[in-house]
Amino acid sequence: MGEKFLMKGNEALGEAAIIAGCEAYFGYPITPQNELTAYMSKRMLEEGRVFVQSESELAAVNMVFGAAGAGKRTMTSSSSPGVSLKQEGISYLAGARLPAVIVNVMRGGPGLGNISPAQGDYYQATRGGGNGDYRLIVFAPNSVQEMADDVIDAFYLADKYRMPSMVMADGMLGQMMEPVVFKEPKGNKGLPPKDWALTGAKGRPRNIVRSLMLGGTGLYEHNEVLRKIYAEVEANEIRYEELETADADVTLVAYGSASRACIGAVRHLRAAGKKVGLIRPRLVWPYPYKVLEKQAEKSKKFLVVEMNLGQMLDDVRIGVAGKAPVEFYGYAGGWIPTVKEVVDRVNQMF
Amino acid sequence: MEHKIILAGFGGQGIMVMGRLLAYAAMHEGKNVSWIPSYGVEQRGGTANCSVVISDEIIAAPIVAEPAYSIIMNRPSLDKFEPKMAPKGVILVNTSIVDRDVERKDLDVVNLACNDEALELGDIRYANMIALGAFCKKTGIIKLETLKKSLKNVLSARRQNLVEINQKALEKGYQLV
Amino acid sequence: MKTVYKKPESMTSATTIYCPGCHHGIAHRLVAEVIDELGIADRTIGIAPVGCAALAYDYFNVDFSEAAHGRAPAVATGLKLTQPDKIVFTYQGDGDLASIGAAEILHLANRGFNITTIFINNAIYGMTGGQMAPTSLEGQKTATTPFGRDLKIHGNPMKVSEILTQTAGAAYIARGAVYDPKHVMETKKMVKKAFQNQMDGKGFSMVEILSTCPTNWGLSPLDAVEWLKDNMEPFYPLGVKKDIDQDQ
Ligand SMILES: Cc1ncc(C[n+]2csc(CCOP(=O)(O)OP(=O)(O)O)c2C)c(N)n1
Ligand code: SF4
Ligand SMILES: [Mg+2]
Repeated sequence: MGEKFLMKGNEALGEAAIIAGCEAYFGYPITPQNELTAYMSKRMLEEGRVFVQSESELAAVNMVFGAAGAGKRTMTSSSSPGVSLKQEGISYLAGARLPAVIVNVMRGGPGLGNISPAQGDYYQATRGGGNGDYRLIVFAPNSVQEMADDVIDAFYLADKYRMPSMVMADGMLGQMMEPVVFKEPKGNKGLPPKDWALTGAKGRPRNIVRSLMLGGTGLYEHNEVLRKIYAEVEANEIRYEELETADADVTLVAYGSASRACIGAVRHLRAAGKKVGLIRPRLVWPYPYKVLEKQAEKSKKFLVVEMNLGQMLDDVRIGVAGKAPVEFYGYAGGWIPTVKEVVDRVNQMF
Repeated sequence: MEHKIILAGFGGQGIMVMGRLLAYAAMHEGKNVSWIPSYGVEQRGGTANCSVVISDEIIAAPIVAEPAYSIIMNRPSLDKFEPKMAPKGVILVNTSIVDRDVERKDLDVVNLACNDEALELGDIRYANMIALGAFCKKTGIIKLETLKKSLKNVLSARRQNLVEINQKALEKGYQLV
Repeated sequence: MKTVYKKPESMTSATTIYCPGCHHGIAHRLVAEVIDELGIADRTIGIAPVGCAALAYDYFNVDFSEAAHGRAPAVATGLKLTQPDKIVFTYQGDGDLASIGAAEILHLANRGFNITTIFINNAIYGMTGGQMAPTSLEGQKTATTPFGRDLKIHGNPMKVSEILTQTAGAAYIARGAVYDPKHVMETKKMVKKAFQNQMDGKGFSMVEILSTCPTNWGLSPLDAVEWLKDNMEPFYPLGVKKDIDQDQ
C-alpha cells in the first residue's frame, strides 16, 4: 500500500470494500453509482467472492440481510431512488442487529428527480428512513480519498456495534476522479466475535436472526439495548473537522460536496481579512452537537450550506440551541455551490 | 496556483482519455487534481466534456463553471463554452472541424487543425493527443515528459501497443505551437 | 412531392433523442399508428417506464403518467380500474418489466385486467449504460458481466412472454421484431390486436418487441440488426405465444 491511484469515487468505494474484507456485494444499476456495481462485477469475481446483480434494490438489501446473518462482511450500494427501496431492509437490519454497509451516491429527488449530485437524503439517512426507532452510522465524505477511508471504517464500526452503517456520497463524488491511497484496514482487532451468526447449530445452542419480538416485554428490552448501543456510538464516534474556527465571526457548516466550496470560501474570505471558519461533520450520525454548542459561544452567526432545501439545518439549530442566528444557503435537485456563491452569501452576513 | 480546464467535443473524439491523461500527469507531478465528466443523458446528444482542476491546494470546486483553459474539439462545444470562459482565458480550437472563429476578443486563442495533423500520423484518432501536446506547450501547466510517461495509465491493456504513437502525437502537437 | 412518411397524429412533433439505429423510435411509431387507426387517442393513457423510454410522454400525443422503475403495471391498474372506459397501456423495457418489475407484470397478467403492455426486449439496460438485463444472452458481455454472462454465476436469460402465457388472465401474448418492413408489418398487427383486445374487454395483452441497442451492444446499427437476428431471435422465437381467440 501507499501507492497513489487516480480513481473515480465509485470505483474507490469498491476497491476499499474489497480491502476491508467485503465478502459479498449485492447491487442493482442506477446512475450515478453504476461504476461501483460494474467494478464489483469484475473485482469480486476475480477475488473469488460473491457478486450478484439483484433483480431490484429490495432484493439486494435482503441478500445483504442474508449474508450479514451468515456473519460475513457485506455491502450494497445505490443512488437515492434505489436507497428508498432499501429502507425496509435497513430497518430490518437495524432491528435484527446485523452489521452491513449501505452506500448512497445521492442524486436529485424527490421521485425519479434527476441524476445530478444532491444531498436530499440527509433526513432519510440520519432519521431512519424505514419504520421504527433506529439509527445508522452515517459517513459524509467530501473526496475520493475520504470515500475510500470511510468504507473501511464503515465496515469496522458496523461490526463493532452490530448495526448497519452508511456511506453517504453524491453524484459528484461518485463520478469524480482524484488521487487515492488505500489505507490498511484494522482487520478484526478489537471486534466482538460474531457468535450470533447463522452457521448451523453444531455444538452450540441455535441462533435466530430476527426483529420480530411479539408478546411480553421482548421488544421493549430489545429497544433498550439499541438505545444503549446508540448512546455508546454517540459517546465514542463523533467525527468532525474544523477550519479556522477559533476566531470566526461567521461559522459555516457543511458536509460532503457542499463542504468543498465552503473550504474554498473560507480560504478566499480569510485572504480578504474576514473572520470565517468551517465546521465539517465527517459523520452526520452521530452528530457533533456539542462542537456547535461550543462554537456558538464565540461565533456571532452560522451559515449552513447544503445541496437541498435545508435538512442538516435542523441539526445545526439543535446544536447552536438559539445562542446565535443560523442562516441557510442551498438549492435542491442538481445544484452544486460555487466558491463565489458562498463568498457572496457570507459577505451579506457581515 | 489553481488551473481550471474544460475539455469538450464529440463522444468518440477521446475527450475523456485526454482529460484523464492530464489528470494522471498532474498527479504524477505531485499536484492535487480532480477530473469529472459530464454524465448521463447529456451524453446522448453526442457531446462529451470533462472538467480537470489542477492545484497546489485542496480543490474547492471540481466542476468547472468558468474555465481559464479549454480544449474545444467541435462546434457545439465552442458554442457552449466560449461564453463561459474566464476573462483572458486560453482556448484551443480544433479548426479541422470547428467552422467558425472564436468571437471573444479577450481570449487567447490557439487555432490548430488537429484532425489534419493527426491524419499525417496515420489516424484521426490521435487528434486529441495533438491538441493536448499543443495545450501543454502553450500553457506550461504540465510537462510534456510527464504526459508521455502517463499514457500507459490511461490506455487499456489491449491498447498498450499504442503508447508510442500517442507519444508521437503529443510531441507533434507540442511542436506545432 | 409524394409524402413517403407521415407522422402519426398520436405523436408529437418532438424529435426523439434515441441513438442512431435504436428500435425504440420504431416501436413508438407502431403504437402511435395503432392508436390513430383505432381512433382512441382522446381516451388513451400511456405509462412510461424508467429506462431509455422514460421520456416517452414527450413523443406520444396522449395523456401519460410516469411510474417508478418497474411499477408501470401497478400504476396502470390504478388508472384503468378507476376509469374502465379508458385505454391504458404500459411501455416497458426488459430491466423495468422483467427485473425490478417482475412481480407487478406477473400479477397484472394473472389478474387479467384489460391493460395492454408493450415490452421492449433489447437484452440490456440501455438507460444506465449497458448492464446485464434478465434477458441478456449466455456469454453476452455487458457492463456487469465483463467476462460474459455465465449461467452459473448470473443465472439464465428469461423468456418473459413464454412465462406469462401460463397465467390464466393473459388473453394475448406475442413476440415481434421491427428490423425490416416485413417484421414491422407483422408486429403492428400484434400491437393492434393487443389494443383491440382491451377495447373488447378480453383481458391482459402484451407484445414483446425484440429491439436493438447499438450503443450498449457496442455495434453499428447494421451489425446490431445482424446480432439480433443471429442471437436473440433463435433464443426468443417470434410469433403469437398465446391467443384466447385462437386457443378456444
Ligand atoms: C428504483 C430504481 N432503480 C434503478 C434505477 C435506474 N435505472 C434507470 S433505467 C434502468 C434500466 C433500464 O433498462 P431497461 O428497462 O431494459 O430499458 P432500456 O433503457 O434498455 O430501454 C435502471 C436500472 C431507477 N431509476 N430506479
Ligand atoms: S442506449 Fe440503447 S436503448 Fe437507449 S436510446 Fe441508445 S440505443 Fe436505444
Ligand atoms: Mg433494455
